[in-house]
Amino acid sequence: MDRQGNTYTFLYASVMVIVVAAILAFLAQSLKPMQDKNAAVAKKMDILKSVQIESTAADAEEKYNKYIGENAYVLDINGEKKAGLEAFTVDLAKEVKKGDDERAYPIYECKLDNGQTKYIIPVRGKGLWGPIWGYVSLDDDKNTVFGATFGHKGETPGLGAEITTDMFQKPFTGKKLFDENGQFASIEVVKKGQSQGDLHKVDGISGGTITSVGVGTMLEDCLSGYEKFLKN
Amino acid sequence: MSSEKEPLFSAKNLKLITTPLGAQNPITIQVLGICSALAVTVKLEPAIVLSISVMFVTVFSNLIISLLRNTIPARIRIIVQLVVVASLVIIVDQVLKAFAYEVSLQLSVFVGLIITNCIIMGRLEAFALGNKPWPSVLDGIGNGAGYGFILIVVAFFRELLGTGFLTLPGLGAIQIIPDVFYQWGYANNGFMILPPMALVVVGIIIWVQRSRNKDLIES
Repeated sequence: MDRQGNTYTFLYASVMVIVVAAILAFLAQSLKPMQDKNAAVAKKMDILKSVQIESTAADAEEKYNKYIGENAYVLDINGEKKAGLEAFTVDLAKEVKKGDDERAYPIYECKLDNGQTKYIIPVRGKGLWGPIWGYVSLDDDKNTVFGATFGHKGETPGLGAEITTDMFQKPFTGKKLFDENGQFASIEVVKKGQSQGDLHKVDGISGGTITSVGVGTMLEDCLSGYEKFLKN
Repeated sequence: MSSEKEPLFSAKNLKLITTPLGAQNPITIQVLGICSALAVTVKLEPAIVLSISVMFVTVFSNLIISLLRNTIPARIRIIVQLVVVASLVIIVDQVLKAFAYEVSLQLSVFVGLIITNCIIMGRLEAFALGNKPWPSVLDGIGNGAGYGFILIVVAFFRELLGTGFLTLPGLGAIQIIPDVFYQWGYANNGFMILPPMALVVVGIIIWVQRSRNKDLIES
């Protein structure tokens, strides 16, 4: 057959596309269970990290069952439990797009070894390039932050991506969500060095301003929905 | 049948690996693949993992295109190359997500960016379409390594001078510049972690290389 003719070219392109599509579809399908499992384990590690429990991919499952297990539930805006939803499988990416009243608000209760109860709230928002997310844990006064951990899809390494480091996350510990009058004040991320002594501010990252501000907006947006629950 | 078979690692074949490391380096001489060299050289670890991933793609895309070279219709050869490269990159991405989840999180968008790396298509056009599979594989190794080498050198200086740390795969961030230096008044150069400095560092490497190798200077 004429290698440069139209028929050959069309045939070649069609066969190539079908073969490649078949290979990739097969690969994606066969690797999917492993990828989903990895994602679930990574999520459990993140949740545990927000209460300062270090885990590895190997023991995350076990530790999650030990400290949290079934103590996870979904709330509505009024702080009442919503039946029929599982906290771990709630897709926050979809929830944050809904109106405040319709959203599902998942929460995890964690019993530490010393008997203390911590509340873990998942948060999700926008950074500079894509989504950012995290977990904020609160002491049993439902006001003081015990720990926070953040993740991102594609923030700039060395700048916005620094929100995943201890340097950024550690200062959240001890901050408060409500002011002295019991009003919801959230936690703002401000320019480096301007947060000293303020219970509602933490230092941002120089050069990563949009991501830093994104974290602040995310906390305000996601945590405000828990106000009724936290005040009880 | 040809009377004599060329040995697998003949001098000519070895040259395919060594020239892209130096005199025909894809980044410093051919100035290809600059975009990712600017983007992923803030830290050493992603630079290393990306270098390995790019090498995988250059080797296998060169091999596949070389095997198919006599069947590819000339008019759609660029499309065929693109399909092969894109498929390989998706395979890398999927496999990393299944078996090296942590690494895939760190690389995030950069794996997808391999598709746009001009070195890969450049080598397919310039070499794999006209050569046998084995030399094409060596050419892929050479160019992947030449790219990775520059990436790692640039990342080394940027991370060291910009943050005082070096991050290595499996070891995490290691502090290189001792605290005493900071007490004496040494300060990290924050400019190093911004993209323009990657360009400047690559420029310095090109300058050093050209001043040492007079053949590279245009008359």
